[in-house]
Amino acid sequence: MAAQRVWRNRSLVQTLGLSESDVRVVLTRAQELKKMWLGWKGSEFPHASLKGRTVVNLFFESSTRTRSSFELAARRLGGDVLNFTAETSSVTKGETLFDTARNLEAMEPDLLVVRHASAGAPLQLSKMIKVPLINAGDGFHEHPTQAFLDVFTIEEHRGTVKGRHVLIVGDIAHSRVARSNIYLLKTLGARVSVCGPPSLMPPSIEKLGVSVFHDLRKALESADVVMMLRIQLERQNQMQFPSLGEYSKFWGLNAETIGSLKEKAIIMHPGPLNEGVEISQDVATGSYSVIMDQVRNGVIVRMALMDLMVGHD
Amino acid sequence: MTDRNFLLKNVNIINPAGTFSGTGELLVENGRIRAMDRPGKISKPSGFEEIDGKGAACVPGLVDIHVHFREPGFEYKETIATGSVAAAAGGFTSVACMANTNPVNDNPFVTQFIRAQAREHAVVNVYPIGALSVGLKGERLAEIGKMRDAGIVAVSDDGMPVMNSYLMRKALDYCKTFDLPIISHAEDANLVGQGVMHEGFHSCCLGLRGIPAESEEIMVARDIALARLTGGRVHFAHLSTRYALEHVRRAKSEGLKITCEVTPHHFTFRDEDVSSYDSHFKMAPPLRTEADILALHQALADGTIDCIATDHAPHAPRDKNVLFEFAANGVVGLETAWSAGLNLVENGTVSLERLVELLAVMPAKVIGVDGGILKENGKADFFLTDLSAVYTLTVDELRSKSKNSPFIGRTLKGKVVSTFVAGKLV
Repeated sequence: MAAQRVWRNRSLVQTLGLSESDVRVVLTRAQELKKMWLGWKGSEFPHASLKGRTVVNLFFESSTRTRSSFELAARRLGGDVLNFTAETSSVTKGETLFDTARNLEAMEPDLLVVRHASAGAPLQLSKMIKVPLINAGDGFHEHPTQAFLDVFTIEEHRGTVKGRHVLIVGDIAHSRVARSNIYLLKTLGARVSVCGPPSLMPPSIEKLGVSVFHDLRKALESADVVMMLRIQLERQNQMQFPSLGEYSKFWGLNAETIGSLKEKAIIMHPGPLNEGVEISQDVATGSYSVIMDQVRNGVIVRMALMDLMVGHD
Repeated sequence: MTDRNFLLKNVNIINPAGTFSGTGELLVENGRIRAMDRPGKISKPSGFEEIDGKGAACVPGLVDIHVHFREPGFEYKETIATGSVAAAAGGFTSVACMANTNPVNDNPFVTQFIRAQAREHAVVNVYPIGALSVGLKGERLAEIGKMRDAGIVAVSDDGMPVMNSYLMRKALDYCKTFDLPIISHAEDANLVGQGVMHEGFHSCCLGLRGIPAESEEIMVARDIALARLTGGRVHFAHLSTRYALEHVRRAKSEGLKITCEVTPHHFTFRDEDVSSYDSHFKMAPPLRTEADILALHQALADGTIDCIATDHAPHAPRDKNVLFEFAANGVVGLETAWSAGLNLVENGTVSLERLVELLAVMPAKVIGVDGGILKENGKADFFLTDLSAVYTLTVDELRSKSKNSPFIGRTLKGKVVSTFVAGKLV
């Protein structure tokens, strides 16, 4: 039987519920596109599958990196990009979001890329409008393209993630990156653990089929991949841990703590980094780190998704 | 029927608190029940109309001790007039309105205003509930005595848990003079924090901040302790958790003056129903787990729970149809409570008589008003219902000004055919 080659869903809102073949379609396309991209030396990338297509970046939460990554991905494929940025405030509640989306839909774009500080915003939007949509991160819910680029990067360095031990470290409770990665990695057969202070661990997390560690050194011993999460500075004022210094002492990655890592282990971070808090500068740029590959692959994986979702044949 | 004199024949009278039940007929004169008897036993006086009940069940008017009619201040959501029409459509003939209006019902003038609006515009009996603290701020006692004289039937800061234990203690002491129950919205506001749904597996997956069940349990335990300390009367609003009910069960066996209610949505829906971020499943306290629902059912059956109250909370689309975390708490409930209750009868949780106790007899007792019973010379407040009717609820059917019901699209059992308040068809 031939492998699945097409993206069967209209949108990408979450990694929860995707089948293994859904995921493989994207990863395979990304591999192909990366090869083409690295092999091309001309002035214009030949695979212009988004020519004549309009991608709207609808960002209700500021994010220069993710927005740029999506924009670059669309442009490399020859697409037009409209950036729509609006800060969320408690007054907007979602009316503005729904109203804006309806207005944008009337302008007939081909794809919406949506980021919002509220969990559920892209899912609710995807039910209201017909335009395909990619979730670029919603609250603490999901950030599916981040998980795709992370898995792509892991497989580039370590081969299939199946059977690999992936450790996610940090503020799991408030992390969409952690959730999307857990679902995607589990779907592909990886072993997933989380580690962090219990006060930043969501209740029932173990029901997602992950092991929970509180002792970082112990958790690092068996990890093939270590994903560090950004710690939000405001959490220390919300009684969730005492200080950044104390957080760093117990859950930060530095020259000393990486001593217990396996030789071939890789270290990842979705960015932006708080250097000296969850990760020290030397570790972030050291030999275990694949952080810049994640950034590079982010554009490739987003190209793959757009190509599969709205690209010409 | 405007003269309110009629003989209602061919009905099945469900009347757990009264002496007469079963197939029979009922004579109503000037808004009062003159006689109830077996078929053919009552002779119709001249000038009385005859109404054929066509075999419908005839039930004492339901009493809801927890509604929000939003007047004064939020008339775009509901008014006393529209709320009362919704009540009648659901078989309710008496309701008690919470104090979180604008201005707050924390003084006798607002109480009088509500009663005047009710006299003028309501089709059912409307009883005001006074605020416990000025402005619901939880800082100092409202003028409870003056409001009692103006007509309040209970005291509550519903919606705003009384976090100051000293204030709650003094309120319980103070209310003993006036024999008013304090209705406690039992949630520890600090533990609720920014939570928007029950804390558990589903809040974890949805990335929504959770509200642990313990936030309710802690406050229930506290208020029971304060009831023991003061000898005061506490009625717990909308209980939702298994362990809160265990606290209540123990307090009752100890002989404390504790009563409690649950809502139809808490005994029908669960946290999993939030899965598509549908704000029709957002309320305070939040929908809980399967284990909690089972405990609620058990407590409804064994008498731990005294009444079912709807917490009818109308909200306009601009407050409700927004992103989940910003959506207002609460759902309308008056028009679906009877059907939701009949589900409990159908699945064997309670008997039909027990359901009427929960929805009519006991709530009337808790707030000390007339109702819940059909008796000679008693008020002719009752409704007729087709117990076997099955229907799918649509938005258009709802009479409430707001349509925020989690039951829309669901198949429900038991239709309210007609409702009589003081013998008048409303």
